[in-house]
Amino acid sequence: MHKLLTDKPGDQMMLLGNEAIARGAIEAGVGFTSTYPGTPSSELSLSFFQMSKESDLYFEYCTNEKVAVEVSAGAAACGVRSMAVMKHVGLNVAADALMTLAYVGVKGGMVILTADDPAMFSSQNEQDNRYYAKISGLPMLEPSSVEEAHRIVADAFDLSEQLQEPVLLRTTTRINHSSGVVTLGAIRPRRTRGSFVKDPLNLVTVPAVSRKLHVKLLQNYEKALELAETSPWNLREGDGPWGILCNGVSYNYVKDAVGDLGIAAKVRLLRIGFSHPLPPRKIRDFLQGCEKVLVVEEGEPYLEEGAKAIAQEAGLTLPIRGKAPELLSRLYEFDPAMVRRVVGDYFGVPWKARPPVDVSDLPPIPQRPPTLCAGCSHRATYYEVRKAAEELGIETLYPSDIGCYTLGLLPPLSMADYLICMGSSTGTAGGFAQASGRKVVSFIGDSTFFHSGIPGLINAVFNQHDLTLVILDNGITAMTGHQPNPGVDMSQLKMEGYGRVSIEAVVRALGVPHVTVIKPYKVKKSVEAIKEALQFKGVSVIISQELCVLYAANLKLPRRKPFQVSDKCRNHRVCMTRLACPAFYVWNERIKIDANLCTGCALCAQICPENAILPVKEEKR
Amino acid sequence: MMETKRLVMVAVGGQGNLLASSVLGEAARLAGVPMRMSEIHGMAQRGGVVESALIFGNAHSTIISDGDADVLMGFEPAETLRALAKCNRNSVAITNLAPLMPFTVNIGQGVYPDLNKLQALIRAKTARLIAFNATALAREAGNVLSVNMVLLGALTQTAVLPLTVDHVKAAMQHKTKPAFLDANLKAFDLGFAAAQNA
Repeated sequence: MHKLLTDKPGDQMMLLGNEAIARGAIEAGVGFTSTYPGTPSSELSLSFFQMSKESDLYFEYCTNEKVAVEVSAGAAACGVRSMAVMKHVGLNVAADALMTLAYVGVKGGMVILTADDPAMFSSQNEQDNRYYAKISGLPMLEPSSVEEAHRIVADAFDLSEQLQEPVLLRTTTRINHSSGVVTLGAIRPRRTRGSFVKDPLNLVTVPAVSRKLHVKLLQNYEKALELAETSPWNLREGDGPWGILCNGVSYNYVKDAVGDLGIAAKVRLLRIGFSHPLPPRKIRDFLQGCEKVLVVEEGEPYLEEGAKAIAQEAGLTLPIRGKAPELLSRLYEFDPAMVRRVVGDYFGVPWKARPPVDVSDLPPIPQRPPTLCAGCSHRATYYEVRKAAEELGIETLYPSDIGCYTLGLLPPLSMADYLICMGSSTGTAGGFAQASGRKVVSFIGDSTFFHSGIPGLINAVFNQHDLTLVILDNGITAMTGHQPNPGVDMSQLKMEGYGRVSIEAVVRALGVPHVTVIKPYKVKKSVEAIKEALQFKGVSVIISQELCVLYAANLKLPRRKPFQVSDKCRNHRVCMTRLACPAFYVWNERIKIDANLCTGCALCAQICPENAILPVKEEKR
Repeated sequence: MMETKRLVMVAVGGQGNLLASSVLGEAARLAGVPMRMSEIHGMAQRGGVVESALIFGNAHSTIISDGDADVLMGFEPAETLRALAKCNRNSVAITNLAPLMPFTVNIGQGVYPDLNKLQALIRAKTARLIAFNATALAREAGNVLSVNMVLLGALTQTAVLPLTVDHVKAAMQHKTKPAFLDANLKAFDLGFAAAQNA
């Protein structure tokens, strides 16, 4: 049985933050779950996926976050407790649904999890999604620890049902990817089916209905304000004159700083865990006893602005500071020493730093950037597109997209010139084609194509842009850990009950006039096919099909024979300088291939000018 | 109140530091020591670096600032050096001396640091350096993948963390595969002995 389904209240378990949230949702009786995978929330969805195979919990991987919110909204409208999980930028995709779902509301509790990523460990920006609560008018809860993340979920569902509207649950990477001990609670019986009561004059958002619903949303906001005033997630500690207002993981750094500095008796702390709407009376009462206040929050000055507005209304003029060059930054994540220093400085407490060792005299340490895997088919496709463009003598521009293949931006491949968000490769390509006068070749992965690449391609067909789109179809959502997507052959995973959407059929159905399917490990054929597509005037699509090597290994598909560099090698090093496969290494000034890393894709063997790269003979292994 | 102890572990993806974290978490549970941890894996499966922060005691934070590590344990020498700012001059550093060549070095975009100089630098800046070829000891123990258990042996020998040999070995029984347990326990002992002699 899945460990998170263990029905032993009171037992303790060391859980990852994401697992703790999944367990919290199970305890809250969640019946319907949906996601588009995105780090740092991926393990949460994975836990739901795994549990759905062992219980009546419903889970689905959706084409994108908007769909994930929509399917969960449908379930919640039937009275089923539902949860949609996504990373912070995913909520941008879902924002259209979110904004009006806030008007329509829900019957069963609905929680939307947004996993923010301060410092951008694996994201394209570090937007602060607390503002989504403000713009939508919906309540938001935020835990400070793994233990709280577990307990807060049930409260989020209760709050959602009390207000009959979705609740946003915001985490940051350091909650999702931290581990702590969780005490299991009882599992509330799960309802996976409900019933839908027709009520079009409240559920169909034509203007006349929406005008009424906006009034309801504002009334709900007033109710949420009162709930925030008494919410246990807004924690008051201490009664000193030095105020510290904080949220999320910053609370931990503040607690440690206050302990390290020995100033607990002087500090008055307010930790906001019910972060929208902010409780005006609670904050005013907190401010009233303070000489000065420091606001410790990662990201934007959300609490700081809120507290200043509340102070203004209350006629309080005490200093409230947070974001400032000499205090705290909007950039990146905080850490305990940084918060200790700022708290010490702001309140004038002498503090003894533990100075880090001096690293100014260390020798340069070679970087270890993540790179495309040995044998990754993206490397083959990138090589072939570059080769085809070189042979045609055309100047190219390469908009890219979000996935493993973005790693192709680094030399020697250097195959990414522009990227803003999921799916942007297909839309931006049209602008580049029109405005740059260069041949535009865009790259997008299979999952990202389904997620949000299709509308851009339709746009290109309709507006007759001159561009080539290469769909890197490796048969799985690889980067976030091999999640299914609509193009995946689920029978390979021995899973039933799934359909399958053919990328080629979709592309042809969109009216793309030039469609080619290539097998990227066949270099010559692929280069010829790509040349033909590049020469086509108008929209051409190349679908490059080859299974992700890591996924193929997970599926235990037969391994190809590894290759080795034979005596025929004349040290041209074309393999190294053009492909830079991590299976290569240099030994005594010669290129060698690590047989344990080589997957036998034979890309290097096909481009070696001396044909010096040959399969390893069986007896040598 | 229990004194807080902080351990930073750095490794290259695939070196098994997540399992090492899980063993230490279990050992802390057995010892009745509160423990929190966090991990950042920069696309570990694609050759990136994995950094774990493990905090034993009553602290609230799950990350470790520069200068705050009581122990820095590196599964790969260049990565130990890269993370050195986590140490202060009272820190203990433990490092495997078997390099995993970064790909950038293979394609001529960098030079791997000299191992003797690397050790001298770390030794001069910290209270104690324990440096040995953990990969060789793992091989000697019968499983080249048990580098993590060798290092746990060395870590336990330092006695910086509030965990005894019994706690860690019991945790290994709970958290590692039974088929590898003998090799893992041997690897632990070899690492422990290596640290005694370092």
